[in-house]
Amino acid sequence: MVPIEYYIILSVILFSIGVAGVVFRRNPLVIFMSIELMLNAANLAFVAFSSVLKSFEGQIFVFFVIAVAAAEVAVGLALIVEIFKSKRTIDIDQLNSMKE
Amino acid sequence: MSSDLIVFLVLSLVAIVTAIVMLLHRNPVYSALFLVLNFIAVAVFYLLLGAPFIAMAQITVYAGAIMVLFLFVIMLLGAERLPDAKVLRLQRPLAYGLAAVLAAETIYLLLTQAGSDLVVTTPDASLNTMESLREIAMELFNRFLLPFEVTSILLLVAMIGAIVLSKREKGEPK
Repeated sequence: MVPIEYYIILSVILFSIGVAGVVFRRNPLVIFMSIELMLNAANLAFVAFSSVLKSFEGQIFVFFVIAVAAAEVAVGLALIVEIFKSKRTIDIDQLNSMKE
Repeated sequence: MSSDLIVFLVLSLVAIVTAIVMLLHRNPVYSALFLVLNFIAVAVFYLLLGAPFIAMAQITVYAGAIMVLFLFVIMLLGAERLPDAKVLRLQRPLAYGLAAVLAAETIYLLLTQAGSDLVVTTPDASLNTMESLREIAMELFNRFLLPFEVTSILLLVAMIGAIVLSKREKGEPK
């Protein structure tokens, strides 16, 4: 018997760690991983509610979230590889060519 | 303390510690591997919550396919050997502050607004059988058929996009 609040608190903590990762890491690969962590935290909350409410809809949303995350990662990593090929760096502090 | 709660606490400790190590480790390869561990811990949560289909999707798609893609790109770019650039001065305290505010806000809200008697019970055996999978499939292919098809188009577009992005133009030197 675990109260639903515990799952929500865990989900919030994981989401906050993801936020911190997006704000202060400068390696775009780690930023992507932090975004995956945030999506995962949201999924956990979805499944917890789905389990408590005895409904499958939350699980179906999680299925869609996983599919969209896969698409996002495929395009994002292709972009990172392209940026690395043209600039020889992926440190996001160096990527300010639109400023000039 | 019930056995459910003990399992929950141990697993959440694993999930939080792996997430923090993922965030702080300098080498992106280790970050990716700790994230895999985190995904597996979350998959066990899904099993505890009576969602075996999602747990298996999590392990095959997230911990399997997506993280292998990450490791492949990290090693292709040699990102683990990139030199450290200097950190902007306010970046780190700002990030921790933002995350702490977000967590504190929600936990405060939960503590003041709590009082629902919703409790996650151990899933009965009926949830972990083919029957639940069949129900999810019926729901997915009846009520959610259009979003399902849109998702398939999205994946197709993403795949073509990735190919177009990484394809060399004709005559471009290698």
